Amino acid sequence: MDVITDNLGLYADGLLGTLKICGLVAVAALLLGIVLAGFRVSPVPPLRAVGTAYVTLVRNCPLTIVLFAFAFGLPEAGVNGSYFTFGAVGLTIYTAAFVCEAVRSGIGAVEAGQAEAARSIGLTFGQSLRLVVLPQAIRAVIPPLGNVAIAMVKNSAIVGAFGVGGELYSVASTLNGARGEPALPVYSGVVIGYLVIIIPAGLLVLVAEKRFRVTR
Amino acid sequence: MRIPRFLIQQHPFQPHSLRRRRLVTAVLAGAVALAAAGCGSDTTGTETEIQDKPTFATGTTMAKLAEAGKVTVGTKFDQPLFGLKGLNGEIAGFDAEIAKIISAGLGINPGDITFVETPSAQREGAIQQGKVDFVVATYTINDKRKQLVSFAGPYYQAGQDIMVKKDNTTITGPESLRAANAKVCSVSGSTPAEKIKEYVDASNIVLFDVYSKCADALRTGQVDAVTTDNVVLLGLVDSSGSAFKIVGKPFTTEPYGIGIKKGDTAFCQFIDEQLTAASADGRYAKAWESTAGKVAKTTPTLPTLAPCS
Repeated sequence: MDVITDNLGLYADGLLGTLKICGLVAVAALLLGIVLAGFRVSPVPPLRAVGTAYVTLVRNCPLTIVLFAFAFGLPEAGVNGSYFTFGAVGLTIYTAAFVCEAVRSGIGAVEAGQAEAARSIGLTFGQSLRLVVLPQAIRAVIPPLGNVAIAMVKNSAIVGAFGVGGELYSVASTLNGARGEPALPVYSGVVIGYLVIIIPAGLLVLVAEKRFRVTR
Repeated sequence: MRIPRFLIQQHPFQPHSLRRRRLVTAVLAGAVALAAAGCGSDTTGTETEIQDKPTFATGTTMAKLAEAGKVTVGTKFDQPLFGLKGLNGEIAGFDAEIAKIISAGLGINPGDITFVETPSAQREGAIQQGKVDFVVATYTINDKRKQLVSFAGPYYQAGQDIMVKKDNTTITGPESLRAANAKVCSVSGSTPAEKIKEYVDASNIVLFDVYSKCADALRTGQVDAVTTDNVVLLGLVDSSGSAFKIVGKPFTTEPYGIGIKKGDTAFCQFIDEQLTAASADGRYAKAWESTAGKVAKTTPTLPTLAPCS
């Protein structure tokens, strides 16, 4: 276990790298996912089709292939950018599909009467979704969104294989591969790193669940 | 009682099976004849003079191998230009040629060398367990390995170098990378990836799991340079159809040695003698030119040999 204590700086850098990617992706994927969920329940057929097509395509594609398309497909087509951008955008696109489905299930959990009442007092579809339905739906989707967030943090390890250095998982290849440190303690350190991120995140979800709970 | 007819009848397939056996024998005989003919017309690789029944002190490794008339050599099967197994099953490359030069000194024909694949992690084990008589497999001499095996040579001095696009003129060596703000690609968890950190800021280092992805990133302009041992880079230049070039300023030294059983000083000295002789009469240069020299600009000279111990 000396390997971990001797390389705390390296692990800390990796932790920060992973947090940076995950923070960006969490915000972006949440926004994109909510917009997509709006598409999927929209009364406008073309928007519904776009939402359905997006979820069908992206959710059923292995993450590795989505990331590959960004890291190698775009440069092939003449679009160059940093691998960090490619990785973050790829992971956002992928995660948003899952966020969308979680939010849509929350919208379905809100009684139809709520939306009908909102429309009957003259709110547009957008207004009724934004002001009446979504605030109630969010309560129901906090636990599934927590699941999606945890999966996203762990998926960020795959981003490391597409040219994005300096995240937690790549610390293991530096220590184990290049410096020849034994694998077991090195990877144990990586696991601890992920737990340091995910366990507090899980607690945060619990707090949010309590905070938004309504007494029925 | 009536016995069913099929029980007393002779087995219907027997004559046929005999016929088949004869056919198989004929085919085998033909194959052996063809293989023998194939061996006779073998012209691949450099032609080197085979020693005619050399004599060695009894009990030495050389005496044992010369007596047997055959040798087993460990090499890489997947390293272009050094040790690569071709579609015809033959091993081609500089390492294979070095093995042929050593074997020639023992009076052994190239056809009597059996090549065994020894990936990096299996080289010491193969030597210690006697699975191979010696190993020529882009095998860097270092103190850690010297505790397990002995090395003859070195027969080649490799080193970490930089590969760029053919038309690149701004990157001329490791020192020019920072000034050019160049993005440099290597493989995560590799020694070259660690070493390059001295010359490039961490934010400009791109890491992949295999070198082919680095080559792809260089081609599409995602990175400006790829760095690793020049031997690996030579293979990448070769497979790129010469769209890339090597800068040619190695900044580390990786002496490649021939791995033998630990403490076999006599065999080590014998191999060193063969290398020196091959270097003097031009066989060493010829071995290089027919393999790695097809891609590399310059032909190396034999490095100063390390003392045998």
